[in-house]
Amino acid sequence: MQQMHPSLKRRRFLQLAGITGTGFFLGLNTGCKSGPEIAAVSAPGKLFEITPYINIETSGVITIFNTKPEVGQGTWQSVPGLIAEELEVSLDQVVIKQTGGQSQFGNAQSVGGSSSVRGEFFTLRKVGAAAREMLIGAAAQQWQVPVEECYAENAFVIHKPSGKKLGYGALAETAAKMKVPAEPKLKDPKDFRIIGKSGGRPDIPLKSSGQAKFGLDVSVPGMVYASIERSPVIGSKLIKFDDADTRKMKGVLDVVTCKRIVGIFRHDSVAVIGENYWAALQGRKKLKTEWNHEGRDKLNSSDYAAGLRKLAAKKGLTDITHGSFEKEYAGAAKKLEALYETPLVSHSPIEPMNCVVRWNAPDQVEIWTSTQIPGDLVKEVAKEQSIPEANVHLHTMFNGGGFGRRLINDYVTDVVELSKKTGKPVKAIWTREDDTRLGPFRPMTFSALKGGISADGRPVALEHKVISPSIDAGLYPNFDPKKVDKTMMEGIADQKYEIPNLQTSFVYSPLDIPLLYWRAVTSTTLAFSHECFIDEMAVAAGKDPMAFRLDNIKKGSSAEKILNKLKEVSNWGQPLPEGHGLGVAQFEFFAGHCGYVVEVSKKGTGVQLEKIIAVIDMGTVVNPDTVKAQVEGAAVMALTAAIKNGITFENGQTVQTNFHNNPLVRINEMPAVDVHILADGGEIIKGAGEPGLPPFAPALCNAVFAATGKRIRKLPFDINNVG
Amino acid sequence: MASFKLNINNKQYDLDVDEQMPLLWVIRDFAGLTGTKFGCGIAQCGACTIHLDGSPTRSCSIPVSVAAGKKITTIEGISEKTDHAVQKAWIELQVPQCGYCQSGQIMSAIALLTTNPKPTDADIDTAMQGNLCRCGTYQRIRKAIHRAAELI
Ligand code: FES
Ligand code: FES
Repeated sequence: MQQMHPSLKRRRFLQLAGITGTGFFLGLNTGCKSGPEIAAVSAPGKLFEITPYINIETSGVITIFNTKPEVGQGTWQSVPGLIAEELEVSLDQVVIKQTGGQSQFGNAQSVGGSSSVRGEFFTLRKVGAAAREMLIGAAAQQWQVPVEECYAENAFVIHKPSGKKLGYGALAETAAKMKVPAEPKLKDPKDFRIIGKSGGRPDIPLKSSGQAKFGLDVSVPGMVYASIERSPVIGSKLIKFDDADTRKMKGVLDVVTCKRIVGIFRHDSVAVIGENYWAALQGRKKLKTEWNHEGRDKLNSSDYAAGLRKLAAKKGLTDITHGSFEKEYAGAAKKLEALYETPLVSHSPIEPMNCVVRWNAPDQVEIWTSTQIPGDLVKEVAKEQSIPEANVHLHTMFNGGGFGRRLINDYVTDVVELSKKTGKPVKAIWTREDDTRLGPFRPMTFSALKGGISADGRPVALEHKVISPSIDAGLYPNFDPKKVDKTMMEGIADQKYEIPNLQTSFVYSPLDIPLLYWRAVTSTTLAFSHECFIDEMAVAAGKDPMAFRLDNIKKGSSAEKILNKLKEVSNWGQPLPEGHGLGVAQFEFFAGHCGYVVEVSKKGTGVQLEKIIAVIDMGTVVNPDTVKAQVEGAAVMALTAAIKNGITFENGQTVQTNFHNNPLVRINEMPAVDVHILADGGEIIKGAGEPGLPPFAPALCNAVFAATGKRIRKLPFDINNVG
Repeated sequence: MASFKLNINNKQYDLDVDEQMPLLWVIRDFAGLTGTKFGCGIAQCGACTIHLDGSPTRSCSIPVSVAAGKKITTIEGISEKTDHAVQKAWIELQVPQCGYCQSGQIMSAIALLTTNPKPTDADIDTAMQGNLCRCGTYQRIRKAIHRAAELI
């Protein structure tokens, strides 16, 4: 980092932030060892450690900085809302600015793991409360009255006895000089005006009128367009290319090589640069490329799956053991075994990967893109280009979906290279075919399960062995295949049933293609195997699946609360129409905890979805309507993953290329989801973005079993023909 | 290259473009109207839906030459103040999540309500099938179309 006089730093920061006249600036000093501390942004020499959150200009303009990219999960409202709540302003009184990963904005700028609200709930409220106390203090000082006689409301400080009031803008300068309170008093939840209330997302009018600006919508003067060719067999080496025909095409400006950097992989790429996107794309179609596959074209999904099945017989690396599985399983009154299988799937956000980059020689770069990880993006670009992080200027745009896909910068770093090489601002857009064929993908997991039931119908022993490739193996060069990959074991070690003899283990199977976190990560596949197998155990024990779960659930756990609520709202146990069946499942993992009851009916050789009920445990809720929306959407994504074909490889290439052969669930296939929120309040805040995904598929498959007697052990399955 | 006179949202644009260029890219990159989105390029996702003489059309899959002389309406052209009944319903029911597909959803919904002012759930499912939403806002879309039908 270059050394700069604090006042220069401040000026540069203000430029970056697009602030004009300043008065009051407050943020968090994230450089403290003891955790973030509230601090004035002007604190001498400290500027680069402080994440600013609030700016009040003397003109009265109030800006709240949102450090959490909006991917559809509502952080454009929920995160600034935490600050606005304590600051006593409403969101329509403020300007919301998305931060761009600069170090000035701190390290917490990523969205993943359903963590945005959970992580920031208290810290951001404190920043808002501190600002409120400083503004009140400023007014009291000006009026020469006791602080206790003043309060804040609607961007004003009011003197109660006299009714005098002053706007925040008028107080900004004095407030900036007040001492920053270390422990400001937070509002009593009963006085909340924003937290706990539904609706009011300020991005929604923008998204209902075409005005919201996504990465795809950016253009800068002098910009050229790129369409980038990469080997359809992922990762092959470029032998040579012939661009003679490409260069003859009208509107084609140049052909330039670059590298796709995705985790540990560096993939050769050839970019066609055009005056407009269409020209670049047409030029790309005329490009002749020759690739050395080095055996990568031997990858076939059916062979790979056969390999995983074989590995299921192998003893895995033990993750956890409670009690003595082998002994108790051997002695169990009833024993069952099953192998569960899931596929690779694509993220497929509807906004394809894209990026605009302007390289300003010699060493400055400006980037506009949709990303889930502004901070890491800046770091990676700086590292790849060997320039200081402060030279990377990122504009984080609205994300047209993320789902984990935008947790990696492979669609950015190559465009930086292109802009540098061509000397022009470059906009690159992936085609849907690029997106579908090149990944990264959610890995499949296979699960080998063994369960033992006692004579009195209790689950006494359970083994869950996961056989899978690894996401981390493709991301980190120091991945150790001799250790259990915890990411691939998500949620099963602390599963929620009282099973005294429990064992989990992992068998690693390399897969040399880019793999990545997908919304709710490995829980999306392990919840399926775990919760369907619990159902199998219930059936083997001769018990009703809901009763079996409730009998054996850890008492007092959130799982018990969720199951009880599901039982109540689904009228579980009441007679159903002929041919109907109910299925239940719940799953807790790092992001949170949700459960479903799904009802299906027999229809020909398949089933029809009749009803979907979800219960999500939240603790404290910031925006209930947003939580419901997240669960509704998660169920749709889970249904796609359960019944649509996923990604398969033949001769090293994906069979799927676009939405016609990698279909997503459409409106006519999706009944409404009835979402119930458990919110006991208090300090526990669980995530909302992901938990709605994992338990959906097992609840659906358990319902299929209840209606038809067919046990689904392999995803995807054909909902119109369950066999 | 050929020159085209395009009527987009009642404004005339004189543009010099390849006649095979899909209307989508002309609207976005030449007319500068970015509310219409690209999602698949093969008429599968509906993100690029516009109205061509009033009927919902996937602008990624028709060449610009087909649109010349016709009335093109994009999301930017349906209201000045985001107060079309469909937009009001969308805001009231907080339909969008990431929002990327929503321009296309709204254009399809308006077209449906123009020909069928009181659609049933089944009518909605049929008319809206061509519009994918990866965020899964389908149930709110259904509800919001019913609500818009009341508001019109
Ligand atoms: S972009 Fe036109 S339908 Fe998908
Ligand atoms: S709202 Fe995100 S794709 Fe529809």
